[in-house]
Amino acid sequence: MTIASTTEQICFLVLSATLVLGSLGVVLLPNIVYSAFLLGGVFLSVAGLYLLLNASFVAAAQVLVYVGAVNVLILFAIMLVNKKEDLSSIPSLLTRRLLSGAVCLGLFILLIRVAFTTAWPLPGPASIGEEATVRIGEHFFSDYLLPFELASVLLLMAMIGAIVLARRDVFASDVITGEPADQGLIEKARTPLLIERPKQSQTP
Amino acid sequence: MDFSSPIPLQAFLILAALLFCIGVWGLINSRNAVRVLMSIELMLNAVNLNLMAFSNYVDGQLIRGQVFAIFVITVAAAEAAVGLAILLSLYRNRETVDMERFNLLRW
Repeated sequence: MTIASTTEQICFLVLSATLVLGSLGVVLLPNIVYSAFLLGGVFLSVAGLYLLLNASFVAAAQVLVYVGAVNVLILFAIMLVNKKEDLSSIPSLLTRRLLSGAVCLGLFILLIRVAFTTAWPLPGPASIGEEATVRIGEHFFSDYLLPFELASVLLLMAMIGAIVLARRDVFASDVITGEPADQGLIEKARTPLLIERPKQSQTP
Repeated sequence: MDFSSPIPLQAFLILAALLFCIGVWGLINSRNAVRVLMSIELMLNAVNLNLMAFSNYVDGQLIRGQVFAIFVITVAAAEAAVGLAILLSLYRNRETVDMERFNLLRW
């Protein structure tokens, strides 16, 4: 019994408990702001598990991209759309929850069975540990060069697409009065297109 | 519990399976559209955890799982940006984030 493996086990137990409880909180908590902050905790504990798996570069990327970018983006989206609305109750909600819970439990049992019955080729070659960053760089610039470049194109497309989708319709000059309008600050009061309105009485 | 042996591969696989199933359940049962996006992120993280576990235990020299995990992280970031932009424009047009009322193309 070595101290290192004991520490590893304790770290794994703590991180996995944080991961499971945090993800249950993300799904179940009624307040969505708490869910978003718990999601940050889940991402951090996944980064800790990556450190246990000898992948320090991917752990750093996880913290930078998920906690630093995705989680902040989700928090901003919550602040933009956080209108208090009482959700209309729908029938058979409990049935749906129980059925989907049963399906998820079945999937979980199936995955456990796969994990225990498959003959994994263990033990594999020894892990290269801290050389991983160098090896990832070699992969990116030799045999994974095309996906690497395609990923940059994908990020550019996603950035332009997000800007186009989320842009507000602000005219540089007001169409009716002709006065110049401040581009960034004024959002025109516009009627939403797809709201269900009460049916207007038909005029003959 | 046995503290002397190293962590088995199956522990990581079961943890990732549990995270994936929680994500699927949240994806089906969320009424709020932002929570649906969060559940998708949970599922992507579960897949990444699987990739990293296999990369460490089975493919220790040529860590191809880590390379794939980085690509998945990239795609997940793009997906989060586009998904939240779609959500914002949807909210601007329908003034709700309730998934039950996004049924314009249903029947």
